[in-house]
Amino acid sequence: MKLSFRLAYRNLMGAGLRTWLNVGVLSFAFVVIIFYRGLIDGWNQQARRDSIAWEYGHGHLLDAGYDPADPFSVQDGHGILPRNQQQHLSPILLRQATVYPQGRMVPVVLKGIDVNQNTLELPTRMLSGSTADIPAMVGTRMAKSLQLKQGDELLLRWRDKNGTFDAANITIAAIFDTDVAAVDNGQIWIPIEKLWAMTGLQGHATFFVASAGYQPHEIAGWNFKSQKEMLQSLDNIIQSKNIGGSIMYLLLLAIALLAIFDTQVLSIFRRQREIGTYISLGMTRWQVVGLFTTEGTMYSFLATIVGCIYGIPLFIFMANTGIAMPEATQDMGVSVAGTIYPVYGAGLIISTIVLVVISSTIVSFLPARKIARMDPVNALKGKLQ
Amino acid sequence: MLPLISLAQAQYPDGAEVIRKVDENMTARTVQSEEQMIVHGRRSSRTMTTRSYARGHDESYTEYLSPPREEGTKMLKLDDRLWLYSPSTDRTIQISGHMLRQSVMGSDMSYEDVMEDRELLDIYTAKVVGEDTIDGRKTWVVELTAKVDDATYHSRKTWVDQQRYVPLREELFAKSGQLLKRVTLSDIKKIGSRWFPTKMNYKDVLKDGQGTDFIFTTVEFDVEIPDFIFTKASLKK
Repeated sequence: MKLSFRLAYRNLMGAGLRTWLNVGVLSFAFVVIIFYRGLIDGWNQQARRDSIAWEYGHGHLLDAGYDPADPFSVQDGHGILPRNQQQHLSPILLRQATVYPQGRMVPVVLKGIDVNQNTLELPTRMLSGSTADIPAMVGTRMAKSLQLKQGDELLLRWRDKNGTFDAANITIAAIFDTDVAAVDNGQIWIPIEKLWAMTGLQGHATFFVASAGYQPHEIAGWNFKSQKEMLQSLDNIIQSKNIGGSIMYLLLLAIALLAIFDTQVLSIFRRQREIGTYISLGMTRWQVVGLFTTEGTMYSFLATIVGCIYGIPLFIFMANTGIAMPEATQDMGVSVAGTIYPVYGAGLIISTIVLVVISSTIVSFLPARKIARMDPVNALKGKLQ
Repeated sequence: MLPLISLAQAQYPDGAEVIRKVDENMTARTVQSEEQMIVHGRRSSRTMTTRSYARGHDESYTEYLSPPREEGTKMLKLDDRLWLYSPSTDRTIQISGHMLRQSVMGSDMSYEDVMEDRELLDIYTAKVVGEDTIDGRKTWVVELTAKVDDATYHSRKTWVDQQRYVPLREELFAKSGQLLKRVTLSDIKKIGSRWFPTKMNYKDVLKDGQGTDFIFTTVEFDVEIPDFIFTKASLKK
């Protein structure tokens, strides 16, 4: 085995530029795979962390008539939960409304939230500190689309519980910045007590956000959706991104492996006398197959070393500065930060090394099998077989 | 001072009586008409022509004649239910719940505005609060305040022509007193024995723009309308 490694190493070094070209291409594939998977992992961790902090909490207790996927259910999907059942729960009431910025008519979802809540990172304390008649807060995306700044007044039209129109000015008391577009786009947050008074829906909530101590149990008329269930859609999106991305980097890996495969075929064709000599000196055919396979596998080890030489500084740089995402992606329903910081875990790096080593071993072995069928005398003579 | 105000108000007619006379002009047993609806947008205007049949407050049928994109679209209202037929999908859908609050064909009117079938006096108490002049015609200013909980608009103000008993302007208010919509009625014509405004402009005053014009090109009152018009089967014909 040791002899095989030494021979393989000397043969590779002897091949010169051909070896380094193969190693270069394979190391590039190796670095790209780690980079892409690190980016997806970084996005995944950030999206999960932000979605929990800003939107999901430890789960939602939804009124049975409310379906988050059906905006028409906002109208009637609300109810009263007895006070004694509200421990570790923070109420949110949704109503549909219209605002009129600069003479435009913009439909919005009006969200009433407990100003003293601390389950979500929404800066609701800023609402309680405001002296405005109806203090409101919006996210940066909403503020941008409505051209609002802190202190601005905006005419809001809504309907009370009986469907009668009402209208009043609201004051923008706070503008918050979040990566979670689902709590920002098309939404205006106001104190829930205010919304109860405005609509006559005293004590009603569309859903409750659970905090850490909440123990889910059956409540008639309400459905509990756990944090895990809510993160499922995010997991599905990331999973599909992962599959889409893997096609790209597997293609790149395939090109690198093809180069190794070609090199192996050429080596076996050109080094028939060498193969014959090994066998005549006492090596079995399969030992020679092993030698050539080791040579091919060694490309992956060299590629790992070369990849580390230029990849590690690059990965450290990326992990510190992050990768800026285009602004448009942050308006999508899924949580995407302005800058994503790739995460390179040990599992990710080891699994990538294993993938590259095993695949290069396989493509090295496939052409080397031909050696096992060679006639050693003809091989020594250098006859084509 | 108080007796003087009371004296001035005593000279005004009873608000309910004024609204009743307006209803005599504006409503009929049946109405058959053709209309143009002009939706004024920010950059351009869209014109739609429709043919309508109505029987009392509860039954109405509207068919869109143009533009080609809307041609063949039909709307049927029976009591508190509203159906919309779309020829492109050959489907009839019932407009209900929150969908009733959507705009009709991008206009300043909602399906709910079209659906309102209660008499004004069933929803509001009417009181004449003053006089005014609009386009040279003397009007009574009638204030209508909701007496039921589920009125879409909490209050209205209507300017009624003192001689013809036709509304010339109407303003619709939110609970807070904020003006929401203004309806301007003009081109008053004598049709049979009644005076009728043949042009109405609906304007959401909170947003920019010129609102939506609703122009009657032909209108006939108390004509016989076959019963099948007011059935769901007529939507697919």
